[in-house]
Amino acid sequence: MWIYQKNLEYPVKVCGPNPKLAKVIITQYGGPDGELSASLRYLNQRYSMPTDKAKGLLTDIGTEEMGHMEIVATIFYKLTRGVSPQQMEAAGLGGHYAQHNHALFWNDANGVPWVASYVQATGDPITDLTEDMDAEQKARSTYEHLIQLSDDPLVTDVLKFLREREIVHFQRFGETLNDVQGFMNSKKFF
Amino acid sequence: MDNSQENPQAQKIVQPVKADINNNQQAMLLEIQQLQFTAIELNLYLDTHPNDQQALMAYNSIVPQLKQRIASYEQLYGPLFHFGLSTSQYPWQWINSPWPWDM
Repeated sequence: MWIYQKNLEYPVKVCGPNPKLAKVIITQYGGPDGELSASLRYLNQRYSMPTDKAKGLLTDIGTEEMGHMEIVATIFYKLTRGVSPQQMEAAGLGGHYAQHNHALFWNDANGVPWVASYVQATGDPITDLTEDMDAEQKARSTYEHLIQLSDDPLVTDVLKFLREREIVHFQRFGETLNDVQGFMNSKKFF
Repeated sequence: MDNSQENPQAQKIVQPVKADINNNQQAMLLEIQQLQFTAIELNLYLDTHPNDQQALMAYNSIVPQLKQRIASYEQLYGPLFHFGLSTSQYPWQWINSPWPWDM
């Protein structure tokens, strides 16, 4: 069960319309290393985790990532609100406008739609937790690229918050990987 | 030679900017967001350090503060939660604007 809380995890303000920035930030909504991939990956992998710590952590980080997807959606929404089709086109969002108008859609910065093959679940907890650590680093790198591209200091502030969360998640996944490795080594197979 | 500009890892200098909080609703929400962030951070830490008593005490001390601020907020601005976790005044307030993406 999930409960909706009617506020963002972190407040989102923007300096004004900026479809060019929106076009690149959308990758953290529906790109390979975005928040949809993250939340679905963790919430799906938890069923094959062997320890209570790992089940709990994947549930909690997967849930926080859903909140991050909402933050990224809000950034895109605010940066494109009231932007004309011509301005969307000039910013490289002509294709987005043609297919989705101002609606949100899960695609990357080049308009490539999200696919489930961005994520994996092998049923091997060591493999899956290693993928999760890798995913957090890829998301951190992407947020750093977006910070470099951002010309809106209010958006940059939110991107920096999201970047820091990836680092904390990476740390927690690393601790869980060690714990699960210890658990697997303690099991005797004859 | 100064090659920092060629270094893709070089951090852009960004002055910290905080958005203006221009109304009471957003100010009250910000307090909830700050307290809840502390809870989220401690929650994830406790998931991998369940025997850390100090962190657990810190987590447990956040809970009543967060509940109290949520109750004060809901008195003025309506439910923050659906599905039976918050009561509503008449008429049903859950559907009232502003939604989070419009604040």
